[in-house]
Amino acid sequence: MAVATPARPTTSSRSTFNITPWLIAAVVVGLLIAAWSWKSGDTEAVFGRTIRASAPLILGGLCGLISERSGIVNIGIEGQMLIAAFAGFMASSYTASAGTLVSILLGIGAGMIAAALVGAFMAWCAVTLKMDQIIAGTVVNIFAAGFTSYAYIQGRTQAGYPQWTIPGLSDLPIVGKGFSQGPLTYLAFVIVVLVHIALYRTNWGLRTRAVGEHPGAVDTVGVSVSSLRYRNMMIGGALAGIAGMLLIQSASVFNRGMTNGIGFISLAVMLFGRYRPFGVLGAALLFGFFNGLQSQLQFRQALDIPPQFFGMIPYLLTVVVLAVAGLAARPPAAAGQPYEKG
Amino acid sequence: MTDTGSPVIEAKGLTKRFPGVLAADAVDLTLHRGEILGLLGENGAGKSTLVKMLFGVYDPDDGEVFLNGQPANISDPGDAIDQGMGMVHQHFQLVGPLTVAENIVLGAEPRRGLFIDTKKAADDVRDLSERFGLDVDPDAVVEDLPVGIQQRVEILKALYRGAEILILDEPTAVLTPQETDELLQVMRELADSGVAIIFITHKLREVLAATDRVAVMRDGKMVGAAVTEGATQESLAELMVGRSVVLQIEKDDATPGDTVLEVANLRVRDDRGQMAVDGLDLTVRRYEILGVAGVEGNGQRELIEAITGIRPVQDGHVSILGHNATGASPRSVASMGVAHIPEDREKDGLVGVYSIADNLVLNRYFEGGMAKGGRRQFGVINRNAEDLVARYDVATPSIQTPVKSLSGGNKQKVIVARELSSSNELVIASQPTRGVDVGSIEFIHQQLVAERDRGAAVLVVSAELDEIFSLADRIAVIYEGRIVAVIPAADATREEVGLLMAGAGAH
Repeated sequence: MAVATPARPTTSSRSTFNITPWLIAAVVVGLLIAAWSWKSGDTEAVFGRTIRASAPLILGGLCGLISERSGIVNIGIEGQMLIAAFAGFMASSYTASAGTLVSILLGIGAGMIAAALVGAFMAWCAVTLKMDQIIAGTVVNIFAAGFTSYAYIQGRTQAGYPQWTIPGLSDLPIVGKGFSQGPLTYLAFVIVVLVHIALYRTNWGLRTRAVGEHPGAVDTVGVSVSSLRYRNMMIGGALAGIAGMLLIQSASVFNRGMTNGIGFISLAVMLFGRYRPFGVLGAALLFGFFNGLQSQLQFRQALDIPPQFFGMIPYLLTVVVLAVAGLAARPPAAAGQPYEKG
Repeated sequence: MTDTGSPVIEAKGLTKRFPGVLAADAVDLTLHRGEILGLLGENGAGKSTLVKMLFGVYDPDDGEVFLNGQPANISDPGDAIDQGMGMVHQHFQLVGPLTVAENIVLGAEPRRGLFIDTKKAADDVRDLSERFGLDVDPDAVVEDLPVGIQQRVEILKALYRGAEILILDEPTAVLTPQETDELLQVMRELADSGVAIIFITHKLREVLAATDRVAVMRDGKMVGAAVTEGATQESLAELMVGRSVVLQIEKDDATPGDTVLEVANLRVRDDRGQMAVDGLDLTVRRYEILGVAGVEGNGQRELIEAITGIRPVQDGHVSILGHNATGASPRSVASMGVAHIPEDREKDGLVGVYSIADNLVLNRYFEGGMAKGGRRQFGVINRNAEDLVARYDVATPSIQTPVKSLSGGNKQKVIVARELSSSNELVIASQPTRGVDVGSIEFIHQQLVAERDRGAAVLVVSAELDEIFSLADRIAVIYEGRIVAVIPAADATREEVGLLMAGAGAH
């Protein structure tokens, strides 16, 4: 038969094991051990920072993954994060009198809801209006940057997030600092597992994977393409919302433009992770590691060059990954296209 | 087979209007248990509209549907599925990267707690495929399967949902002759087990071979119904078109002359970078029609695009009348006297929003007095259009009508008029009658034969064996980017060509 069946990377139903990020992770671990035996303090700091910096990338990447697997290209993750951070911070700040725990939980809830609503807006643009999805995402990004800068009130504060130090694990060499993090950071890693299970083992996951590849197949078996896409954009938005709150967790305060490109790097993470949850995890850790490395290099003034050069590392990596991995990853077939019935 | 009890489906007076068109006009239809009904009609006759109304995709403006004698209320495909209907779409509704089992259970997944019960899904699929004799591997990934097997998956998908009424929309369009025979046999077995089948097609031979009754639509109306036994291709074609048509074109034997097109060891990549044409040799001579037969996707598109200069050549040689045309630009190929009727007329043959007059000069707007010093000469252009519309029998209110508002057959006639009206050395026609009504097919075939008789070399690529056998003097079978056999048409049999198309000759 004449069906072309070339071997190519697929966003296959089976979560086929993707070796690339893990191979890189192995090299990184090797380097970490070598670096630790050379400069233990710096290495531990880098590792702790890797975990912290990768968490928002994980959630941003998963937001992109769920959106795109559903057939909607979401480049508004940056805006979703920023709006979530703003909304969450404001909510926590205004409810400070209700106590630390309550105000923090309200903040997280507000952030997730705000970003989910932005997701619903993008779904409305993409599904109902059948708008160009890149434009919808751009609108979100521009609006988020402008609105949060305008509405932000200088001088407000909120309660700081707790730091959860896991006894035992946090005393380990090299990785110890990775086990002394805010609660949302741990949550990010748990969510990877949850999304993986949901995507590959549940009805929702099967339908989601199908609707991004061939929405007609979903529609003709009586499942609504629109409602699935709306729902998934909101679920993805909620994850981007947690990512935004992770930034508040680190800074304890809202800053203008505090996402600083993390939402865009999340897209690179998603691509490098080949639209798979554990791929996203591996890719986010890699980006997080370079982030940790650059900040440590800046901090130590290790080399006699301006620190801004180290600051470029994560962004340069993004460019390289998008150029190289972008060729290998096969996006869901229907990503970016509005669904026309009939 | 038998008329027992009330019909499983009975439609009365179904009507659907689209802006400016009455797509279905008070259509009646009855279908009994275990019966195969052929729904016959040309493109745009209203077959698809009718079944989409039955299946809940479109809401009828008027009329009623009864299922097993009860009024049915079907507002979307989900309702139709719940009430025992299944549809196999012409374009498969399958998710390539998912497995067979996943595709089949999609939307009706067996569950264990929160999760899909994958084992039960696979077992159910295995049971079904044994029960109905539709052999598939539940764990295979769909995009790796041949088209014929993918179609089985589609049928199983409907049966898994308990379909007792199966609607097959042009199911044989993508199949090899052997796969078609298998499908027709599967349909008969399904009918014997009680399934009622509506089989939509425009291929008369298949209707005669596989159905119990035939319903014929034309211009949105049901124009005839007949018991298949006793019907002939001619009688059905006449019902479809509304006048008698010539199905087998009259032509004299070929007396081939000099070689016009020579393709040697050609290698061309497809859009994904795979070698779609992989060492192909081909010769077409004056006064002959070479028919390239093959299942779609075996490199036909890439071959034609390479010859006409649209697609880069990786390796090999193309020469036209002894001149090297390898990698030449489309315009220089055209200027060697090559006419090209492309496979995808909407995309590659016409500019939909342009008028018929403008479309008729797309290949020569810059020459022959059509433009002077960069200014277009509308007098010349319009006279050209008036002349061609009359000569090529294009049905249109005016030469200024945008071409996109024409029917498929008339669009194709515009292309044929443009390409064949200048004197050509070589005529290349890809799927020249796809989606074209029977009446226009006859006309287009006559034009191609006339080109041959005038002395042109004609290369016809078609996935329709009927077309190949009707036109070709020699038949070249293409399989996986190579010509695996060249047979004089007079010596060829459908079975032999069908087997070659399926890869029997490739080693």
